[in-house]
Amino acid sequence: MHIIQTKDITKEYNGLKAVDNVTISINKGEIFGLLGPNGAGKTTLISMLVTMRKPASGSAHVNGFDIAKDSGKVRKSIGIVFQDPSLDEELTAYENLELHAAMYGVKENLGNRIHEVLSLVGLEDRKNNQVKTFSGGMRRRLEIARGLLHYPKVLFLDEPTIGLDPQTRAAIWDYIKKLRATHDMTIVLTTHYMEEADSVCDRIAIIDQGKIIKLGKPDELKDSIGGDTITVTSSEAKKLADAAGKIGIKKCSVHDGKVTFCVESGEKKIPAIIGLAKEMKIPVASASLSKPTLDDVFLHYTGKTIREEEATAKDSMRIRRRAWRR
Amino acid sequence: MNTDAIIALWKREVIRFFRAKSRVIGTLGFPFFFLAVLGTGLNSVMTIPGTNYLDFMTPGILSMVIMFGSVFSGVIVIMDRQFGFLKETLVAPVSRISIIAGKSLGGATTAVFQGLLMLIIAVLLGAHIDLEAVPAVIGLMLLVSVSFVSLGTAIASVMEDMHGFQLIMNFLVMPMFFLSGALFPLDSAPDAIRYISYIDPLTYAVEAFRFFLAGSAHMPIEISLGVLVLFLAATTYAASYLFSRIES
Repeated sequence: MHIIQTKDITKEYNGLKAVDNVTISINKGEIFGLLGPNGAGKTTLISMLVTMRKPASGSAHVNGFDIAKDSGKVRKSIGIVFQDPSLDEELTAYENLELHAAMYGVKENLGNRIHEVLSLVGLEDRKNNQVKTFSGGMRRRLEIARGLLHYPKVLFLDEPTIGLDPQTRAAIWDYIKKLRATHDMTIVLTTHYMEEADSVCDRIAIIDQGKIIKLGKPDELKDSIGGDTITVTSSEAKKLADAAGKIGIKKCSVHDGKVTFCVESGEKKIPAIIGLAKEMKIPVASASLSKPTLDDVFLHYTGKTIREEEATAKDSMRIRRRAWRR
Repeated sequence: MNTDAIIALWKREVIRFFRAKSRVIGTLGFPFFFLAVLGTGLNSVMTIPGTNYLDFMTPGILSMVIMFGSVFSGVIVIMDRQFGFLKETLVAPVSRISIIAGKSLGGATTAVFQGLLMLIIAVLLGAHIDLEAVPAVIGLMLLVSVSFVSLGTAIASVMEDMHGFQLIMNFLVMPMFFLSGALFPLDSAPDAIRYISYIDPLTYAVEAFRFFLAGSAHMPIEISLGVLVLFLAATTYAASYLFSRIES
């Protein structure tokens, strides 16, 4: 069952298509990642799905409700954690949650629910502290707790880990995985940390310049560009490389007593290579597999890396700053 | 309308107000010096027919406290936008009208509280207040403060950041205060000033407070109240219209 379904959804800003005819289906219960550089259209797409912005054309359904006609029902079905902080710093953690509950019509068992979400993110002992005393990571966790308070069917997380230190980032992903396990919840997230998307998401859509470039499971995406490398160390490396054609491996190279095979679905090829070596009585000292990363996938489909994009954005900012000084 | 949300947003305004102790003290410091220094200092040289200067000034300073407190409550929308909290309210399944209602009632509550404190200070400084008039004065404070919270919200809805706040203070709030007849009787003011003061909504608030607190006013109470009700209608309409147009 598809909990989110978009059809040719489009949004323009000043004639520039921020989201360009996007059609995607997101399954109930999956963790779906939108991956792309800054300005690729991730946030715009999400802001349409959460009914903050109206699409210029196309349509979308969230939890069975039309985002344009039934925005109230869509809003009740979703939780949102924004890219930028959105807590009231003067209020305590508890008061922030209470206010959220009132706005989302949560009344039953309110005390227990607040307790439940706060302990999930490990903030139970800080509930009566003002948010302004919280660190960045604690605020993020509180926002996630708040997003869960009304038991949404879909939780949207826009860059939930941006600007946080690696430890906190790991903790936040732990919470997100825990959530999926305990609640029957669909999670849609955006990130530009490739490794994180890889380890957390069930499926990933690569988005660039408003378009979905490629969609699939992280492993499928990486397999789709081919190019796993298997490195085998052997005293008779040359002999092994020459025989590789027998098991259908065309690309390989030899250096320093090591053979490097370029293959697709590398984990399936390792047994074949070992088998071949055994058959030919070639000793094998070690074998290792390295998979392409999502960075490589992104590079392959868009012709650029996410990090390059960031560098240019930063550069243009620096140039502007220099211009100011003159 | 969503009553739970309105009550929760009202509560938020009140909690925030009492938690910011500097705000309570700050909003009262200014009127206190006005009353204590100008009110008592000029009492002997200013001759107002039928009353003394401190008694004349008290309704004016009360209007000022209500207006400053209320406009500031409205302008908090800008701070909410800067600190991001506005987004949380805008994406909630709550109508914009309910959000405005909660904010306005919260802002009005804190403004009335400041007004009452200020009246107590005035009495301690020697002003004469008819105790029987207090219920009517509280009602009037609510009417005036909801209007000014709405005015602040309307302006804040179209402003991007806090830089505009100083502009509002210097070119709207202060002129409204000085032209309202809070500090001097309009009867004896030059024609030009008097005519300008007639388009200043605060003038009618001062007149109405003066009617209830001092028992006499330059303008008939029906006119003051009529204008204040019209002002309330105009500002609440402007606030709901402009606030609804904010793109989250």
